[in-house]
Amino acid sequence: MASEKPNALLSVHDLSVEFPGRRGTLTALDHISFDVARGEVLGIVGESGAGKSLTGRAIIGLLDPPGRMSTGEIRLDGERIDTLTREEMKSVRGSRIAMIFQDPLTSLNPLFPIGEQIIETIQAHGDLDEAAARRKAVNLLQEVGLPAAEQRMSAYPHQLSGGMRQRVVIALALCADPELVIADEPTTALDVSIQAQVIALLKRATAERGTSVMLITHDMGVIAAMADRIAVMYAGRIVEIGPVHDVLHSPRHPSTRGLMGTIPKLDHDTETLVQIDGSMPRLAAMPLGCRFHPRCPHAFERCRAEAPPLELENAAGVACWLWTPDETARRAAAFAEDASD
Amino acid sequence: MLAYVLRRVLQSVAVLLAVGLVAFTMFRYVGDPVENMLGQEATQADRAELLERLGLNDPIHVQYARFIRNAAVGEFGVSYRQGRPVTQVIAERLPATLELAFVSGILAFVGGVSLGVYTALKRNGVLSNAIMITSLIGVSLPTFLIGIVLIWVFAVELRWLPSYGRGDVVDLGWWDTGFLTLSGLKSLILPAITLGLYQLTLIMRLVRAEMLEVLRTDYIKFAEARGIPDRSLYFRHALKNTMVPVITITGLQLGSIIAFAIITETVFQWPGVGLLFIDAIQFVDVPVMAAYLLLISLVFVTINLIVDILYYVVDPRIRDARPGAR
Amino acid sequence: MSRTDASPGPGPDNREAPAPPPPPAWRRRLGEALESDLAYAFCRSPVAIISSLVVGLIVFAAVFAPLIAPHDPFDPASLNLMDGFSRPMTPNEFTGNLYWLGADDQGRDVFSAILYGSRISLFVGFAAVLLSAAMGVGLGLVAGYRGGWLDAVIMRIADVQLSFPSILIALLIYGVARGFIPPTEREAAAVWVLILAIGLSEWVQYARAVRGVVLVEKEKEYVQAARLIGVAPWRIMATHILPNAFGPILVIATIGLALAIIAEATLSFLGVGVSPTQPSLGTLIRIGQGFLFSGEWWILLFPALTLLALALAINLLGDWLRDAINPKLR
Repeated sequence: MASEKPNALLSVHDLSVEFPGRRGTLTALDHISFDVARGEVLGIVGESGAGKSLTGRAIIGLLDPPGRMSTGEIRLDGERIDTLTREEMKSVRGSRIAMIFQDPLTSLNPLFPIGEQIIETIQAHGDLDEAAARRKAVNLLQEVGLPAAEQRMSAYPHQLSGGMRQRVVIALALCADPELVIADEPTTALDVSIQAQVIALLKRATAERGTSVMLITHDMGVIAAMADRIAVMYAGRIVEIGPVHDVLHSPRHPSTRGLMGTIPKLDHDTETLVQIDGSMPRLAAMPLGCRFHPRCPHAFERCRAEAPPLELENAAGVACWLWTPDETARRAAAFAEDASD
Repeated sequence: MLAYVLRRVLQSVAVLLAVGLVAFTMFRYVGDPVENMLGQEATQADRAELLERLGLNDPIHVQYARFIRNAAVGEFGVSYRQGRPVTQVIAERLPATLELAFVSGILAFVGGVSLGVYTALKRNGVLSNAIMITSLIGVSLPTFLIGIVLIWVFAVELRWLPSYGRGDVVDLGWWDTGFLTLSGLKSLILPAITLGLYQLTLIMRLVRAEMLEVLRTDYIKFAEARGIPDRSLYFRHALKNTMVPVITITGLQLGSIIAFAIITETVFQWPGVGLLFIDAIQFVDVPVMAAYLLLISLVFVTINLIVDILYYVVDPRIRDARPGAR
Repeated sequence: MSRTDASPGPGPDNREAPAPPPPPAWRRRLGEALESDLAYAFCRSPVAIISSLVVGLIVFAAVFAPLIAPHDPFDPASLNLMDGFSRPMTPNEFTGNLYWLGADDQGRDVFSAILYGSRISLFVGFAAVLLSAAMGVGLGLVAGYRGGWLDAVIMRIADVQLSFPSILIALLIYGVARGFIPPTEREAAAVWVLILAIGLSEWVQYARAVRGVVLVEKEKEYVQAARLIGVAPWRIMATHILPNAFGPILVIATIGLALAIIAEATLSFLGVGVSPTQPSLGTLIRIGQGFLFSGEWWILLFPALTLLALALAINLLGDWLRDAINPKLR
């Protein structure tokens, strides 16, 4: 039943995350499944509240209580990590899976010099002595492009600019040589001019190490620059997944279409930006059937009644009744014409 | 760093001078010093002579300057009630208060920080909740009541500890200490708990609140995401971040222990400067009141200064802020 | 148009009934208050209800003390020394009198003493809070509205005063005030000096809170408009700014009441409060402490419990009020 492939590094299968509350349980992630291959960059996109960050946190085991994983399996390199004890998970974090958060200023402890924070992380996951760890830390800082790395080791976070801080954060994430890096909105808090540099850095550093990346963002430009494959989420479910080029240029799911339409394009003259009417439903008031159907311009009877499954073919797929083979060709053809302009 | 310290010292001196003004006004205008010293049957001639001798006919600012000069060397005149120099009276009672304050302060700080950290880490445990509820009652309990209850339980009913006084003291020349005798130590226990309990509660609640805040921050989460072990996470990272804001408030609280000692000393008849102050108020012994006021202000101002410097040393962000930007 | 609903008209004819006169403004406000969010939150909080009941009970008993108390503890003629040290709820072996909570060394009924004592404690407490509030709100308004050097001076004094424990300040004010009063008057004036001392030591919180509100509201357009039109400053403060500060002031006042009552008890306990012939709860406790060793525990226990109940209830109420008013927690 597992959909893992032999060379998948991370395999998430049927994952659900729920929040038990006083008035009943809210399901924030609903049976999602996807894989990340070795060395691959998987982009996770979607509107705010779709469950992107939650997915990342569930994988690294840092869900805020009362949130908890209710169904599914998470496997790293074939072995389950969702059933590990707290102690065991601690040794996974940092050395096998690392996570980068959104705001570099609040990600670093203001009272400790950055060098100390890096050395501490290195030593938490290996046997290097102080001097060796220090050397490794300086090398890392140089690698991430921090000028005057040696002197900067004793600098405090507030003495660095936003871009430099995020470089330090990336260094911290990579210093224990993880196999997977989960980057949760790594550029959202940065100036636009810095964003490109940081993404380039992330891309290069992970490619050199062969590290896989789960890139969570709502910024399509970032995805275009870095991702190999992309998974689109909506209301706690994955609605489309496929190679980045295909999904960006020929989006199939209506919500993906909407997302792509919101990107202003420099080469066309777009008078108005496409806006998807309405907003994502609240967790407590999820529509039955396909969760997007209230906002979908092409919804029909089946969409309201049944939730479409995500069927994968060559690691790509779309969860939409419009795209199932047994739907009438007329509908699909008409829609496909619409989609390719 | 030097500029900062200098600025703070100057501010402290300004505050002391202001308090000195209040003390001087009290000293000079409350009650009649001449009458207090000579009694009501003094003749006109005697009064005139004393007025002249005390310099009470000089212009105000001269008198004030003289007062401050005298105060700086510890000269406060003579206690109306006891007829002895005020400095002498205070000096002999000071060790008692200082020893009590010191022990209470340590108790409050160590106890408060430990309980605060515990109730923050084990947030929903049974013991934690019990401690929090007890602390709520503790804040509503007046200090003197705590003292009385302790006396009742431990001195009256169980007869384990003495109910008043300081026990036997050892005279070390200019300081007599109760630390070196068993009865001295036993007498110290109940008053120290009484005095320290309120502060302990405050510190505990403060540390808990701060630590819970810190545990919610991104940098702690990021550290956890990097696999930093729990012990390091809580006691190296979180604790340090918690203590920085806590230190200021705690320092100031502990300073006020000296003032709260007034109540505890009354409950336990502890022969310190607090009890002295109460007597002075009862009998309107103004020189003692004025001297006590200045002494307390000195203590507070000094503690404030130390705390500010400490803050500066511990938090790197303050060091780099431009002067005046605080 | 004829009325087709079922509500009864003034008479059988179809003429529209004259609209009833609108209810007086205070009634309308009361109605609004009773239906407000606060009242709703109150009815749902067991802590708030119980605390209010406790406070209400004690206040009621204190106010009506002369009617409720079985004895007048301050009338020396009514005291019978033989009743001294009577135990609670046991008939006295000499006189056969039964005292609910026992009697002290002079034969004074502890229950009555508590009732009258609470009266004094509550009176001083409320009066001190009124003084603090009036002074604090006034100074806060002035400091916030006028700004400039006046603001700086007031806030400086506030900061310095805040760094000293209020008990110390109260003692100081008390001592100084007494120094100005000739010895013969001192006893009679004790209560007022006490109110002055406690009141003056607690104004800072009010001033700060109100000043904060003033600073925020001052920048708002409706206030600037009013100033432009030429509305008098005090009017602006009273009608526009003050209502916004009402919530925080209420919270500070409630917690301040508990503090004032405890302060009064402490000062009386220390012997610098009200005179022993008109004991408040603090004085009663002081007296009671003297009898601990000889075993007459009731002289201490009941006044102490009353004080504790009062302080705790008011504190809980104040805490609840603070959370209830905080818009962030809604």
